[in-house]
Amino acid sequence: MIADEEMEILLRDIHEIYGYDFNEYAKASFKRRLNRLFTLDRFPSFAEFRFKIKKDKEYFSRFIEQITVNVTEMFRDPEFYLTLRKEVLPVLSTYPFIRIWHAGCSTGEEVYSMAILLKEANLLHKSILYATDINSKVVQQAASGIFPMMHMQQFSENYLLSGGIHDFSSYYTAGNNKVMFDQSFKKHMVFSTHNLAAESSFNEFQLIICRNVLIYFEKNLQTRVFNLFDGSLERLGYLALGSKESLRLSPSHAKFKQVGTEKIWRKMV
Amino acid sequence: MEKNGLDIVRKCVVIGGSAGSLKVLMQVLPHLRPTLSFPIIIILHRKNDRRSSLEHLLNNCCPLPVKEAEDKEPMQNGVIYIAPPDYHLLIENDFSFALDGSEKVIWSRPSIDVTFLSATDVFKKNIMGVLLSGANNDGSLGMKYIKDAGGKTMVQNPDSADIPAMPQFALDTIKPDYILNVPEMAAVINKLK
Repeated sequence: MIADEEMEILLRDIHEIYGYDFNEYAKASFKRRLNRLFTLDRFPSFAEFRFKIKKDKEYFSRFIEQITVNVTEMFRDPEFYLTLRKEVLPVLSTYPFIRIWHAGCSTGEEVYSMAILLKEANLLHKSILYATDINSKVVQQAASGIFPMMHMQQFSENYLLSGGIHDFSSYYTAGNNKVMFDQSFKKHMVFSTHNLAAESSFNEFQLIICRNVLIYFEKNLQTRVFNLFDGSLERLGYLALGSKESLRLSPSHAKFKQVGTEKIWRKMV
Repeated sequence: MEKNGLDIVRKCVVIGGSAGSLKVLMQVLPHLRPTLSFPIIIILHRKNDRRSSLEHLLNNCCPLPVKEAEDKEPMQNGVIYIAPPDYHLLIENDFSFALDGSEKVIWSRPSIDVTFLSATDVFKKNIMGVLLSGANNDGSLGMKYIKDAGGKTMVQNPDSADIPAMPQFALDTIKPDYILNVPEMAAVINKLK
């Protein structure tokens, strides 16, 4: 097991050598991820783990891929998507052009869910979905539009609960334990790496979706990210968070008004 | 001395349960002392249903306040916290809660083992782990971790459990301080120093 002091040493190394700053990540969770990787890759000692991370650039890529949590689902928390359909999309439909940012998109399941929602609301043709993550490997996976078959039954149930009325399987082609989503979706998606802890805004959006990312950040880093989102949202734009996350602790929360009981806020000023 | 709730948190009890445990909690919680000077954390395997009334149900049968643990929330003495569905519940060194949505552990999220380990890293020997009825082997590893750290361990007597597998796994792994039937549990928790 990696001790707290050893974790601090690693965080300093990584910041110095690679420029990634994990110092303001929530420690209990980060330590679990470190220990998981340490065990998974069978390091005999902390010293060897540290040496490998410092000296081996390729291993550091693996480190970044493994250290972030990439658990996601299509139509995760279906009621959330139902609220997007009923409350948010009708407002977005009044814009000539819709820009949406999925910050921390992981393997892209929620990006494709959003594309399906837009298509069913007849808005996809005038929308662009920007999908970013710190982890370049998951961004590549997301961009492929290919997902494992094994979760499709659950995703299909989520889709129906989110207010979907079509046959979910009409959105993908199945084969070889994998499914490929409608490739025409990709024309409306832009994938890129982006580090919320260090980089700045790159556009203005009417909707920013960042779900189950902020729980991994300490309060100061959360504040940085809230400011980044505030600066990247048009007036009357929407910010959507994970089911156990809140804008309540953010200094900018006074500018926002919650939409119903879901974790969706609208920027009022 | 400051008031109860604002006192520094020095120890805690973590209760893990799965199938057949809700019934046990509803029999144990009413008998807890209203002046308990430490927090209790409950990790109960359950369906991710947002209309779940677990918080309400337990609050109605317990003399202490019961609430769902929130991300970054500081723990308070005399409060009973339940893990939200679909997240692992971790404890930070400053005695605040942290939610974690990473992979399921032994098909479970929240995982009992994950919270047992995280809480023990923070509370060291000042922890009691309690393992109740259930159908899988979640919790056994965590009970060993607690025992190795010098904490106290309590396992529901498998003969008294609706589903004996989970407490039996623990008994195959460690020799706990207490193997108890349900009516005996509250008294032991109430007497914790």
